[in-house]
Amino acid sequence: MQKPTYGRFGGQFVPEVLMPALNELEEEYERYKEDPEFLRELNYYLTEFAGRSTPLYHARNLSKKYGTKIYLKREDLVHGGAHKLNNTIGQALLAKYMGKKRIIAETGAGQHGTATAMAGANLGFETVVYMGAKDVERQRMNVYRMELMGTKVHPVRSGSMTLKDAINEALRDWVTNVENTHYLIGSVVGPHPYPMIVRDFQSVIGTEVKQQIMEKEGRLPDSIVACAGGGSNAMGIFHPFIEDTDVKLLPVEAGGCGMQVQGKTAMHSASLGAGEEGILQGARTLILQDKYGQILESTSVSAGLDYSGVGPELAHLAETGRIQPGSVNDKEALDAFHELCRLEGIIPALESSHALAYIKKMADTGELGDLVVVSLSGRGDKDLETVLKVKTTASEEKL
Amino acid sequence: MRIADKFRELKAKNEKALIVYVCAGDPSSEDTGKYVHALVKGGADIVELGLPFSDPVADGPTIQAASDRSLEAGMNPDVYFELAASIKEQVPLVCMTYYNLIFRRGVETFVKDCAASGITGIIVPDLPIEEAEDILKACKAHGVDMIFMVTPVTDRDRMQKIFSKGSGFLYIVSRLGVTGARADVARSTKEILEKVNTTLPRAVGFGISNGKQAAEVIAAGADAVIVGSAFVNIIASQDNVEERLEQLSRELKTGCSGQ
Repeated sequence: MQKPTYGRFGGQFVPEVLMPALNELEEEYERYKEDPEFLRELNYYLTEFAGRSTPLYHARNLSKKYGTKIYLKREDLVHGGAHKLNNTIGQALLAKYMGKKRIIAETGAGQHGTATAMAGANLGFETVVYMGAKDVERQRMNVYRMELMGTKVHPVRSGSMTLKDAINEALRDWVTNVENTHYLIGSVVGPHPYPMIVRDFQSVIGTEVKQQIMEKEGRLPDSIVACAGGGSNAMGIFHPFIEDTDVKLLPVEAGGCGMQVQGKTAMHSASLGAGEEGILQGARTLILQDKYGQILESTSVSAGLDYSGVGPELAHLAETGRIQPGSVNDKEALDAFHELCRLEGIIPALESSHALAYIKKMADTGELGDLVVVSLSGRGDKDLETVLKVKTTASEEKL
Repeated sequence: MRIADKFRELKAKNEKALIVYVCAGDPSSEDTGKYVHALVKGGADIVELGLPFSDPVADGPTIQAASDRSLEAGMNPDVYFELAASIKEQVPLVCMTYYNLIFRRGVETFVKDCAASGITGIIVPDLPIEEAEDILKACKAHGVDMIFMVTPVTDRDRMQKIFSKGSGFLYIVSRLGVTGARADVARSTKEILEKVNTTLPRAVGFGISNGKQAAEVIAAGADAVIVGSAFVNIIASQDNVEERLEQLSRELKTGCSGQ
């Protein structure tokens, strides 16, 4: 009776009231994922609304600096400025086929919330986004963007008032309104079938990369590097390459400001690297927790990576050795952010900057090989305030 | 005390059961001991002792706040089992917690520790029957009941599976949503009780906060009412807590007796 899992990881650890909804979602998804009409419509939205396919861009100056050929998968050019819309448009369309009237989502920094607002407005849903009250304050612009598109942003004042609490609150909404509402989860986390559905909708990234790199280079890359918080852009770009075992798959987690734990807070967000097995928000996976199993807060300069868990499939792939997780800290990510701005004229998201920083970190080891693809999962315009703040603090410290 | 023995005892007296919930360690272990005493004195038949988790997704703001207070005051599973063992009231104790705390301690160890500290039932709101094989095995080995929930959206097939796995009592969630006190319970209770065909005692929870509602739930056919948030609210107020807990417990128990 147990549902498909990823090795030991995955599963459905949710209140009984959600089981029928998860079963329904799984059945409907299995039905529509091969349905020509659904796929035609999905493809239409991905092409005409999201702006796919995105370029696989040869970053000449970066390549020159690090002595290896580096391609950037330009998910920053997707409508909304990040890969997030690939998933939200897919799930919103699925919800429409399922006859749901309302979609809800959680958001940390507001990227997934914004992408949900876009899909919700376009497909005519009543859309509610849960966001930690602290994040609402920190991300006024994103809140306003969502509101412009008709989404109701609901500030969450429980717990730490951040992403983890927003997910808890969205789950509570879903428990209450499960009959007419689809919960649009933004990453490859949560109970089955979410990690699978989100991965499948994001796999368009890797599928395009495969085709593009064959056209440009006539061979597969030696390695693919992607940042991982929950892990949706990483799973999306890795998934089509899982069987190509010569391609190294390297997820990069947020090392924050150190690998230690202070009180109830881990100073990093590296669940793959430093987490331990447990159950969080519906799935058995690697999580940041104390010795009793209470969940620790995570830390990262990048809101999109600041999460106490990671997708169960990534946990499984790390355990089997198919992916090799690494991490870079806040400072390394910020350096890489500035470097890409100057070298290539592209402002990367702080999330994606972690992947870029890993190139820098690993360039001398030869581990990356001669042909590297980096997932540039989003653009950095949203992060300018954060970057400015860090810069100001740094220069004040120097004085 | 085993849950079945309690229900047998009540049946002999032609009484229905009042099941109460408090969050252990809110605001301290010592207080919890006193609160349990007051609740039982008022008429509570079974006590659910919540072991707080940092991310209680099935609970509303009332119980999340209680969990936060308790964790802040230093509650953890070691302290929890000591507290449970120190409770001498002659009622079954039920542990209500989230699965990660059980998983982290080791399922077998956790259940063993429950049994050793006088806990005879376990409720895990984020553990559906599909994921419950390990804990069911441990419960069987240690003589602890595993209590499952059914909800208004649980279909008949699923209900049958749940009836066959659970023991102690069946936890019937009378309406969609999270825990928390609510105004009307009678109609939804009737609807769901009509679908529930089990030999297990049928305990209805979520949203019950006064004697009138308890009476309505019993009149609709339930064998027990479960009340949590209404007590937690009293505890949160820190105003004349023990007396008010006893009073509300008595009012609810009177409601359970159909008076």
